[in-house]
Amino acid sequence: MADISIKGLKKTYPGSTELATNNVSLDVAEGEFMVLLGPSGCGKTTLLRMVAGLDFPDEGSISIGGRDVTYLPPQDRNLSMVFQSYAVFPHRKVRTNIAFGLVMKKVPRDELEKKVAWAADLLQLTPYLDRYPAQLSGGQRQRVAVARAIVMDADVLLMDEPLSNLDALLRLDFRAELKKIVQQLGSTTLYVTHDQVEAMSLSDRVAVMKKGQIAQLGHPITVYEEPADRFVGGFIGSPPMNFLEGRVTQQGALEVAGQSTKAPEFLAHSAARSGGLPVMVGIRAENIYLEDRGTPGTLDATVEVVEPLGHATLLTVDLGGQTIKVQVASTVRVSPGEKVGLRFDQSAIRFFDTETQLGLTA
Amino acid sequence: MLLIAPSIVFMTLLFGWPMVSGILQAFGGPEGLTTANFTRMGQDPYFWSSVGNTLLLIVVMIPIQFVLALAMALLIRAKPRGSSVYFYIWAIPLAVSDLAAGLVWLTVFTDRGYLNSVLASVGLEPVSWLAYDNYASMFMAVLIAEVWRATSLVFVIVVAGLQSIPKDYEEAAGVFGAGFWDRLWHVTLPLLRPSLQTALILRTILAFQTFAVALALTGQNFPLVVGETYRWYTGLQDANVASALALVVMAVSMVTAVGYLKLLKDQSEAPR
Repeated sequence: MADISIKGLKKTYPGSTELATNNVSLDVAEGEFMVLLGPSGCGKTTLLRMVAGLDFPDEGSISIGGRDVTYLPPQDRNLSMVFQSYAVFPHRKVRTNIAFGLVMKKVPRDELEKKVAWAADLLQLTPYLDRYPAQLSGGQRQRVAVARAIVMDADVLLMDEPLSNLDALLRLDFRAELKKIVQQLGSTTLYVTHDQVEAMSLSDRVAVMKKGQIAQLGHPITVYEEPADRFVGGFIGSPPMNFLEGRVTQQGALEVAGQSTKAPEFLAHSAARSGGLPVMVGIRAENIYLEDRGTPGTLDATVEVVEPLGHATLLTVDLGGQTIKVQVASTVRVSPGEKVGLRFDQSAIRFFDTETQLGLTA
Repeated sequence: MLLIAPSIVFMTLLFGWPMVSGILQAFGGPEGLTTANFTRMGQDPYFWSSVGNTLLLIVVMIPIQFVLALAMALLIRAKPRGSSVYFYIWAIPLAVSDLAAGLVWLTVFTDRGYLNSVLASVGLEPVSWLAYDNYASMFMAVLIAEVWRATSLVFVIVVAGLQSIPKDYEEAAGVFGAGFWDRLWHVTLPLLRPSLQTALILRTILAFQTFAVALALTGQNFPLVVGETYRWYTGLQDANVASALALVVMAVSMVTAVGYLKLLKDQSEAPR
């Protein structure tokens, strides 16, 4: 086990002018499960590949357990990795696939066999040890890839979208299993995904990446509830956070969609000084409540689409020309075209600067 | 049946019929079917030396060609500056006919050739590289010419094979602690097996047919089996013995191909 310390990594791929990672710094504590989350092309896989030694940075440094590994080849870094494509060797049986890293490390035979048996048992691969990968299903191949990684007792475990090639049900099962296994191992883990649910459910901390930079780093619930900017709020959560154009008046009222409620103290202050302040109001679908039209403290809105999801019902609502999503309990009966009132949970409202898109806090 | 009829007709006309008539010719004589042609073939003083020369050439040449081709292909894949230029330069011999290649190397190895000119210019005695009594240098000349000419075939096949292997496998091997030689031995070569198999079969069969290079360089001094076929057909005007020789080459080629297929069988594709 070891910590990972990444400092000021810059990388441009040949033939591209854009930075794949732009001055990224990140510290992963010993035994921590860190998820790199972001849309495709945000640089998360590049960052992982540089930690693995499969790509080298133009600038910056990476150290694992205090040892500078920035330009070391992968075989000298003492790490293990689960690839997105699994990269399970097709010409080797499951047994020798799992043992590959141990053979390379010249582990004694009896210890090697013990470890392979342990990993196969943990991942329910024991009946398949003498099969070739071509004779396995995708889910089983995935397990082989994980087994091959965990027998290594490496300093660092890297995972590059390991679940993205599994079907939805298998992914759900394996996610929980993976969490259990990694907790048992207690290894320092760097995990890349574009799936925000995976990131939320697995991570100790999540680093949301955007255009080669880390947009926000923190505990998954913090990132979910207090997104640092509009991008993070819009990327995490399903449905994503609603954004409404609004304005805090000099008198301290928050105007949204032609209607006004009371603005929070800190915004009212700066609005009073600057003579009105345009803001972006962010609120999650589950923090909006449906009430009768005209109830004091509610905003007038019209339901456009009703989508029952089973565990809840998702409404698309028109609020003075802006469209937002509202999630209500599945027991609520509402039909398209109905005129309703919306109450925002005041503690869940987030404000963003209209120009920088950054979150505004007291 | 109707749809494949044209190809059946063509195969019969252009492949089946010549083969059958060739076999008949090999066993043909003035008094009907006979094995006399094979006896004559075996009794010819050049026959066994041509078999020995052909086998020696194959045994020495093929490993050299495969090591060279693999090294060249791996160099290309490492993408040094100008790697695409190297690819075309290394593939050029593929387009050179074997007789032309033989003649080119003749200008190097002949008594007043480039090699002896170079030797003379540095004050060394010229050597009769292709002389009848200088077997080793004659063999080396044929070997060098054939390696130069025919390695590119293996090279092109290996390059194509390497391109079809996803980079992930080697990256995974690297992450799990394998250095260059381990990666080559445990990952690249096994995954390259189908290409190597194809190249090996093709190259061996073609090596059995090596002819024009040796003819151009040494005339009759370094006889090879297919060269003997040519001599029987044109020089000695005996089509029957020539056919018998051709039949032997075909049989040996087929046995070799089947042997390679069996020997290099890939178990990972075995049915469940």
